[in-house]
Amino acid sequence: MAAPAQLPPTRPATLLPTGGPAPGVERVVSRRWGRPQSWTLASYVADGGYRALKKALAMTPAAIIDEVKRSNLRGRGGAGFPTGMKWSFIPKDVPGSTGAPSKPRYLCVNGDESEPGTFKDRYILDNDPHALIEGMAIASYAIGAHTAYVYLRGEFKRQAERMEAAIAEAREHGFLGPNVAGSGFALEAHVHRGAGAYICGEETALLESLEGKRGWPRLKPPFPAVVGLFGCPTVVNNVETLANVPAILDRGAAWFAGLGTEKSGGTRLMCVSGHVRRPGVYEVPMKMTLRQLVVDVCGGPEEGRTIKAVIPGGSSSPVLAPHELDVACEFEALKNAGTMAGSGGVIVMDDTACLVRTLWRISKFYAEESCGQCTPCRDGTPWQEALLYRMENGTAEPGDLDKLISVANAICPFPPMGLGNTICPLGDAAALPVHSFVQKFRPEFEAHLREKRCPFPTPWGRSAGAYGPAAPVARGWS
Amino acid sequence: MAAILSRYPADRKRAAMLPALRLVQEMKGYLTPETLALVAERLGVAPAAAGEVATFYTMLRVTPVGRYVIDLCTNVSCSLCGGERLLRHLERRLGVPVGGTTPDGKFTLREVECLASCGTAPVLQLNEEYHERLTPETVDALLDSLP
Repeated sequence: MAAPAQLPPTRPATLLPTGGPAPGVERVVSRRWGRPQSWTLASYVADGGYRALKKALAMTPAAIIDEVKRSNLRGRGGAGFPTGMKWSFIPKDVPGSTGAPSKPRYLCVNGDESEPGTFKDRYILDNDPHALIEGMAIASYAIGAHTAYVYLRGEFKRQAERMEAAIAEAREHGFLGPNVAGSGFALEAHVHRGAGAYICGEETALLESLEGKRGWPRLKPPFPAVVGLFGCPTVVNNVETLANVPAILDRGAAWFAGLGTEKSGGTRLMCVSGHVRRPGVYEVPMKMTLRQLVVDVCGGPEEGRTIKAVIPGGSSSPVLAPHELDVACEFEALKNAGTMAGSGGVIVMDDTACLVRTLWRISKFYAEESCGQCTPCRDGTPWQEALLYRMENGTAEPGDLDKLISVANAICPFPPMGLGNTICPLGDAAALPVHSFVQKFRPEFEAHLREKRCPFPTPWGRSAGAYGPAAPVARGWS
Repeated sequence: MAAILSRYPADRKRAAMLPALRLVQEMKGYLTPETLALVAERLGVAPAAAGEVATFYTMLRVTPVGRYVIDLCTNVSCSLCGGERLLRHLERRLGVPVGGTTPDGKFTLREVECLASCGTAPVLQLNEEYHERLTPETVDALLDSLP
């Protein structure tokens, strides 16, 4: 059979932010989005671009790391780890085994963006690729890397092309290459596209994938800062994290820290989707509460509907009930609320949404995306999915809810958070939604069991009727 | 191929696995045991090293597909906005279940996980191009427009 036809682009080349900045907010990362030709070097330089890189190249690497530490920049990929500290873990010098020259160091940009509900990095790549390149160059200089890889999820074809074009343009103008901005520092950057695997967003799976293997997470320690890409010291940073770096160097750590809270500097990109009137990516202050974001900024649910549940940080983060929404969109606050900031993917469900079906769909995702390395996750995730499928479709047995919790406990006990039985956090991510949904919305699950059907007369609840039963993942269980 | 290999250290040719397999797939439509062995040889690894990668990633295909591959997202945000309904609609319209290819070899329908476009849900990718904010009507119009 012939290769699939290459289609002409059917959409304009730029994706404008669907949401834009929240009103009255100082914009950092999204500052230039939507400006004409914002992705070109000319436009970036006209807006003061690459000024921070020149400033950084005149500083010592240690001074840059110190500046980033003082800015309280925290990783925007999910874990919220302090960026400056991550950079400082790179060994100052790594002698070879026989006194040979030091091992090379690498910077890897994590643009795998595959946490359900998250779509912010795509807008950065589309609208401001040079901000990412400048951030990469500053980070590479700070950690002593001369090669940087931008790992983009395979589906980002347009974004990969745009990034490649921007890298070529930056190289042509001397902001990348053998002599970055005339400083003598050498840096080459390459785009590396994934091929469709959620797990490759986990940093060590990303490194495995970049090495040409299956995306199987590595056991840590050693951490990538010591043994990373090709066995060399490596820093893996999220796209949004690095896109913040030029502004920190340009306007100072104190300014950046002042935008945020005590422990998290800067602003955040929040991706709002689901049952809201104005879904999209919004740049918001860390102090903004989830309720303000969902109701005031995004318009809340449709007329006559009420919010039933909100997932605050991608489908891996424990769900929040409507009374829990007065919490800041910030790492510490969300952690204290028993959930996590994650990757900023806010999914809103109104009262028409069946939460059993929602959780079934989330569980189906993790069953599909489990890499198969650890038994609790490989075997547990399809069990979760199968049990929820039975509940939603009226074939569950009375003990199934307890069985579901027991399976989730085998993957990751609840509480405590983040200390599961698997190598990487995908297991936790699969189990924590189950724990939180059942804990907070137990009556809805019990109603499904009692009535032996989905009681929701809504599109998502009308599972066995209007458009047929949903199909389970057919593996690992019978 | 030389351009791909130049991005990685000379002693780490295996790193070119994903781009190399994608290149072959773009040319041939899907990956056969023969092409996998060829890529593996070029990168200095065992054929199984290419095979395990080809079957791990959803965008790599070891079976033939239609001229147009429809990857429809039915993850949470898309389904909250009608993604599952679209899937049933497409199954009815094309007359094939998820994963199937129409008898004329024109369409392959696949259900995929989150495409990172939740703000414009529901979405699908048609041969890797995004189409967003879909309804059954706009999907019909899209498919009708294809030669």
